[in-house]
Amino acid sequence: MSKVRALIVDDSSVMRKIVERSLRQAGIDLAEVKEASNGAEALGVLNETQVDLILCDINMPVMDGLEFLGQMKGLPNAQNVPVVMITTEGSESHVVQALSVGARGYIRKPFTPEQVKEHVVPLLDANK
Amino acid sequence: MNLANELTAQNGTPENWLPLLELAVREVFEIMLGCKLELAGEDSPVKCEFTSMVGLAGQLCGVFTMKCSAHSASLMASRMLGIDPKDTNEQMWDAIGEISNMIAGNFKNKLTGVADHCMLSVPTVITGGDYSMHSLADAGSIETKFLFEGSPICVTLEIHS
Repeated sequence: MSKVRALIVDDSSVMRKIVERSLRQAGIDLAEVKEASNGAEALGVLNETQVDLILCDINMPVMDGLEFLGQMKGLPNAQNVPVVMITTEGSESHVVQALSVGARGYIRKPFTPEQVKEHVVPLLDANK
Repeated sequence: MNLANELTAQNGTPENWLPLLELAVREVFEIMLGCKLELAGEDSPVKCEFTSMVGLAGQLCGVFTMKCSAHSASLMASRMLGIDPKDTNEQMWDAIGEISNMIAGNFKNKLTGVADHCMLSVPTVITGGDYSMHSLADAGSIETKFLFEGSPICVTLEIHS
């Protein structure tokens, strides 16, 4: 697997660090990790940088994860980037809603590095 | 059947939810902090220096709170981030807020039929214990205490009808 440029979107800085650590523990070779604390910030990051993978919370202030998903599909450099939602909102309707607006995976908090690996690695392999 | 009755019909009365709350707490600490919690006695005194609150709205309404000492909050942040407890600083607030959020989410996902009809608020964290909380909860509460690294923490769910 080649080096991965990841964007982690979560309003908790602690959770962003945990997601980054989980990616590394999952054996994903990270070239660069960008962080954003809400969907609007994440769109700003995507306007300036190309990434290979996005991990995104749902409940965030300013712009939530579902709205971000909808808007990022309008960015030419981001529309094919796989997005995995990582959230406490584990209901079936949230999963369906996230997948229907373009998420490629869904991880419920609390989560293990193994779960991150299980969801993320196939997406990166498919995008090679 | 109204929403409250539906909730009770599918999950029993709130008094029966204590094992689910305990399981939700244990899972979060085990998975995210790598530690097994032991139940503390009901009379165990909790040094309340940090209080984290998450609101629930929808089919299940109420307030979820977790109280702990500053030392426990620091240890939680330390375990979550893999750093020394003395380096945790302002990350303590973020860490216990996230832990509470995950416990509340994990708990509501364990109640049959609730996850789709109950929203969580973002967490609020209070520093200091010299306060009184006046909740509008009028349908009882469930509470459990655990020992985290030898110090008691208290987890409560106050329920609105």
